Formats: sequence, structure tokens, C-alpha cells
Amino acid sequence: MDLRYTASEQSFREELRRWLTATLPGVAPPPPHDDWAARRAYDLAWQRTLYDVGYAGVDWPAEGGGRGASPVEQLIFKEECERAGAPYVGVNFVGLLHAGPTIVAEGSPAQRERYLPAILRGEEVWCQGFSEPDAGSDLASLRTRAVRDGDDYVVTGSKIWTSHAEVADFCELLVRTGGDDQPGNRGISWLIMPMDSPGIEIQPLRTIEGTTEFAQLFLNEVRVPVANRVGEENDGWRVTMVTLSFERGTAFVGELLEAMRLLGELDAIGRRFDLFASDRSLSHRVGHLQAAFDALWALTKRNVSEAAQTGVPGIGGSVFKLAFSEHAQKLGELAVEMLGAAALSADPLVWHGEPIGNAEQVHNWYKSINLTIAAGTSQVQRNIVAERILGLPRTR
Amino acid sequence: MDFRVDDAQRALAEGIRSVVAGRLPLEHIRALEGHERTIGAEDWAALGETGVFALTLAEPAGTGLGLADAAVVFEELGRALVPGPLVGTYLAAAMDLVPGAAEGTAMVGLCVGGVPPTWLVEHLSALDAALVLPGGGIGDTSRLITAIRDAPTSTRVAVPLDPLTPLWHLSQLPAGEALEDPDRRLFRDGAVLTAALQVGHAAATLDRAVAYAKERHQFGKPIGSFQAVKHLCADMLVRAEVARAAVHAAACLADEPDVLAAEAEAAGTSDLAFMQRAAAGAKLLADEAAITNARAAIQVHGGMGYTWEVPLHLHLKRAHLLATTFGTKAELSDLVASFVRAA
Repeated sequence: MDLRYTASEQSFREELRRWLTATLPGVAPPPPHDDWAARRAYDLAWQRTLYDVGYAGVDWPAEGGGRGASPVEQLIFKEECERAGAPYVGVNFVGLLHAGPTIVAEGSPAQRERYLPAILRGEEVWCQGFSEPDAGSDLASLRTRAVRDGDDYVVTGSKIWTSHAEVADFCELLVRTGGDDQPGNRGISWLIMPMDSPGIEIQPLRTIEGTTEFAQLFLNEVRVPVANRVGEENDGWRVTMVTLSFERGTAFVGELLEAMRLLGELDAIGRRFDLFASDRSLSHRVGHLQAAFDALWALTKRNVSEAAQTGVPGIGGSVFKLAFSEHAQKLGELAVEMLGAAALSADPLVWHGEPIGNAEQVHNWYKSINLTIAAGTSQVQRNIVAERILGLPRTR
Repeated sequence: MDFRVDDAQRALAEGIRSVVAGRLPLEHIRALEGHERTIGAEDWAALGETGVFALTLAEPAGTGLGLADAAVVFEELGRALVPGPLVGTYLAAAMDLVPGAAEGTAMVGLCVGGVPPTWLVEHLSALDAALVLPGGGIGDTSRLITAIRDAPTSTRVAVPLDPLTPLWHLSQLPAGEALEDPDRRLFRDGAVLTAALQVGHAAATLDRAVAYAKERHQFGKPIGSFQAVKHLCADMLVRAEVARAAVHAAACLADEPDVLAAEAEAAGTSDLAFMQRAAAGAKLLADEAAITNARAAIQVHGGMGYTWEVPLHLHLKRAHLLATTFGTKAELSDLVASFVRAA
């Protein structure tokens, strides 16, 4: 058991840190949240910047055009980028973290050549069409149907929670190709759907934050070439699971470090307005959250170590997500409680010429509410932990 | 970096587990419930012989291992409900304060300050010395009292909370000698190893809850098939794993001064402050995991969990006892919060 970085990991960190220090001052602040065209341009430009110096697809294997970094280097990359305040992965999320790795692992040579370089170079944006209005936690019950017609599939159905659909070039799409004798996770195929295909209607969904983070897609007889299928027909569930195995325990590094930063800011707000004197328990809650975030940082290192040795982060992934989402919500709740009336404004408030710092705390509180829902609700995560790790009987 | 429990540490844990299972099985331990001494001198010396108190002492006196190895061992001791002032005796051995502590021929306790100002000391009549750690050892100067057995006005507590930890009440302590501890090692090692014991309790009650949930049937099914029960168990695992990671990280920082220096620098604080933050945070989370998991395990066991026979109450009571040493919840969270501020 040790926490010591190797000499090559140290030099990876130092080189990256030097580059970030030199580069970030020249990077403009991000565009407004709902200006999707500007966000696309901004995020792609940052991806191109990374590509030009060899940091694109740090976590991708070399055969996919990536850097093939070790799990520990991936951790260092995310840590340094977050601490330096580098732009987020943004609209490149699905391409870099999901669709791309899937094509690396399961795509044909022609598919790899067509799609992977454009993701790494920051030229094309991907979105995800997995969940459906009636298939959330129970994803395998999805009903969007693809019917073979010559060299095309004709796709009809609806997808939901699709981020940045408005500015995406392609959608990684799960469809039902199997017959009634192939229910559930059998009979599903994984398709690449060009977003300019006729028959796609995009309806933005407004979140409780007031922003259009997600969209619902309505697919009405959209023709997708059979050549765009990744993997065999009716083998899409396995293809999807292979993608999940790319996770190296670093999925929430950015969110965790951001939570620690916000806790420090909240503590500063508490001191500036003398909130701790009248209620000592507020200070105890700050300390407890710091201890929890420190522990989750340690757990991240444990999961990354596990992935480095065995290829997968082991039991730690679900454990981490359950604990982190719970504590991130506690941070949001503590912030709203401490800010009191100042939390009634989601806009920055100023007092004696200095910003109070309320806006980012309020927005973080909003976002935290989604953490126990997105990417597997905490209830489903607990079932997974209980059944797969603790061996309790599988029932619903 | 490989922050997994390594093969040597697994072997160490298994070795201790089998020694304890052979020498101190639960029925043997429980036979002494409520006694004036709940672990005999021979058993204490046997623990000493396996090296429990001398793990981090250099050879030949000890085994020359690190605090992370010691944490792995202490987790097993907690899991098995081994009684006695394990951490006090370890500290006395590690800092070479009391002859015989390393070998287990001496027993060194802790004086725990209560509210109102008063002192509680475990195993008083068997102690060779006791450590006084005001404020859980976080702040004021710690002291060593060798004449603790002769302390005036000591009264044995008729019904101690933990039936396996006999307690004496003292309204006044002998003066003792002040301990030089500029690196706050007493708090560092004490908090980390107490937290490791707590992780052992959290893991033991998790295991018992899961085993019971698989075997107990109601409504024609194992109760572990009900999601309400599953979720209690899943939360227990989460608390134990998170606390264990924190304990192991703090122990590694103690073992790896170069890593500590780098992390402290990155956080903009001193090595000592960063070390204390890690130790205090680990203790805070481990206390919580031990207490909350014991409570959850009792809930999973239903009425049986409330009986004396099922040993879950012993884990719960021990966890509360350990939570009073090396910083209470308030002291520890204050300490960690103060480092959020300093950074």
C-alpha cells in the first residue's frame, strides 16, 4: 500500500502543469450556458488545443489514436486540469468518454478511421441516445425500433436525457432490432446516427436550474445505414457493457475537486459573515464534509490503483458514486442553509463591493440534486452493491 | 502508486485473524463479560508475542513495519472484539515510554476526560501506566502516569457501557510527567489506529448483517431480498469502504514523509497540519461508520439484534467507547474545519 508517484508519473504531472500554466492565460472565459453554438465552438477549440500538444484522448489506447496513459496518469491529468481551472470536456463528453472508446473497442477498421480522428481533433460532436421515456433505470426495456430496409435501418421511437443534441453531429443510438423472441437486453443493436438525418426532431428539456442541459429526441422513420452498426446485430448490449469497462475509477475526479473548492469558498463566506459564531454545528458540518471529500479522494486513488492492476476499478465505482453524490448534496444543502436569504438569488449578489459568492453555490446545489439520479439512481446503485458485491438475493 | 492492500498486508491480516481466532475466540472473550479484567495477562502477552504492540518498532525489538501495516492489523483486532487498551499499549511501545509494553508484559491505558471534568480509565487495576491526552491529544501537552494504579479516589464503575471494558472513575489524576511530542505522534498514531479498530467494527457488523439477511426468512423469502434491507446493507458497505480508504491514506502519509510533504505543499499547509487533518478526518469517518453500522446491523437483525446474546451490542458499545478517545466528533470536525481555513 503506497501513495508514492513514480518518477515518470511525476514528470508527466510537471510537464502538464507547465503547459497548463503557459496556456490557460490565453484561453477566453466560457460562453453563456444556453448559447449552444458558442459552447460547441469553445469546447471544440479546447479539444483542438489538447490535440495539438498530444493530450487528446489521454485515456484512449494508442491503437485508437490516444495517448494510452496509465490509470494513474489519467488521474493526474484530470487532477491537474481541474486544479488549474482548464475548460471542461463539455460537448466532447460523449465522443471522448463513451462513443469513441466504444468504436475503439468494437468498431470496424473503416469506422475507426472515419470517426475517431475527428473526435480527437475536436471536429465532431457526439450525443447519446440510450434512455427512453419508458426505459430509464431499466434501460434494457428500450423500445425504439430499427427495421431493416435494404442497406438501411428505419428507426422510429424516442430518446431522452440527450445532452447537447442540438449541436451534435452523431448520436450513439441503442435500438431494438430483435423480434419478440429476443426481449430485454437481447435484440438490441448499437448504431451511429448522423444528426442531420431527416426525421429527427429535437425538443430541449429545461432542468430545475432553468437551463437546457438535455433534450428529448423524436425519431420518425430515420434512415440509418446498416454500415453504421457497431458490432453484430442484436449484440448491442454487450457492446455497451464493453464501453463501461473503460472506466478507470476517475469518472468523478473533476466533480470531487470542484466540490472541495466550493467547500472552501463556502467556508470563506461563513467567516466573512460570521455565521459560525452563532451556530457551531455549521463549522462542524464544514469539517465533516472536508473529511468526507478527503476520504473520497483516497478512495479514488484506491480505485485507480485497482484499475491499474486489474483493468477495472472493482467494487469501488458504485461505492464511490453513492458516497460522493450523498456528500455533494450535503454540501449544497449546507450552502443554501448558510446563505439564507442570499440563496434566494441565483444571480451574483454584491455586498460592500465584493461578490458574496452565492450564485455558484446555488447553482452547485441545483446540480447536486441530479447526482443521485443521473448515471444510475442511488436506489439502483444500492441494489447493485447489495447483489453483486454483498451477494444478497437478486429480486425486484 | 499502488494504494491497494498488498499481498504482504493481506497475509499479515490473515495471520492475526487466525491467531486471534485460536487464542481469543468470541466465546472465550465473552466469558469475561463484566469482569474486573476482560483479557488475561497471558492473552495480553500472547498479543505482544505476535508483535501487535511492536509492529512499527525497528528490528530486533519490533517488526519494522509501517503504520499502514499496523492499521491492517488493528482492523482485525477490532473485528474480533479483542478487549483491552490496545492503542495505549501500542503508543507506549512505539514511543518507548513503558518497559514491557512492546512485549505485552505491561498494559498501558488511556485516561479519557469526561463531562463534567472527571476521568475514566479502563482496566485500571491491571495497568502499569496510563496516558493522559487532553482534548483527545489534539491540543494540550500529553502526560504519562506510571503510578496510575495508586491513584486516589478511584471507583470501579459497576456497570460499564461496554461489558468487555471495565472502567474506573477518577475525580483526580496523579500528576505524571509531561511528554515531549513535537510531531504530535501520539495523536497521529492513536487516531489512525483507533480508527482502524473502528473500521474493523464497521466491517464485522456489516458481515453479520449480510449473513443474517441471507439466512433469515420472512414472507417466504430471505429478508435480504427486500430492497429496504438491501439498501441498509449497501450503505453499511459504503461507510466501511470510505472510512477504510481514509484510514489507510492517513497511515500511508505517516509512513511516507515525502508524499506528505508534496501533498501538504499542494494544499498550501504544513506537513504537521496536513497529517493532523488526515488523521482527524479518518477518525471522524471511522467512528461514524462503526457506530452507524452497528446500529444498522441491529436493525437488520430485528428483535434478535436487541438481545444480549447477539454480539452486535458489543460492537456498538465498543465503538462508542473508542469514539471518546483521540478526539470526539466535535473536536475532530473542528480540527478538520480549521485546516480548510488555513489552506
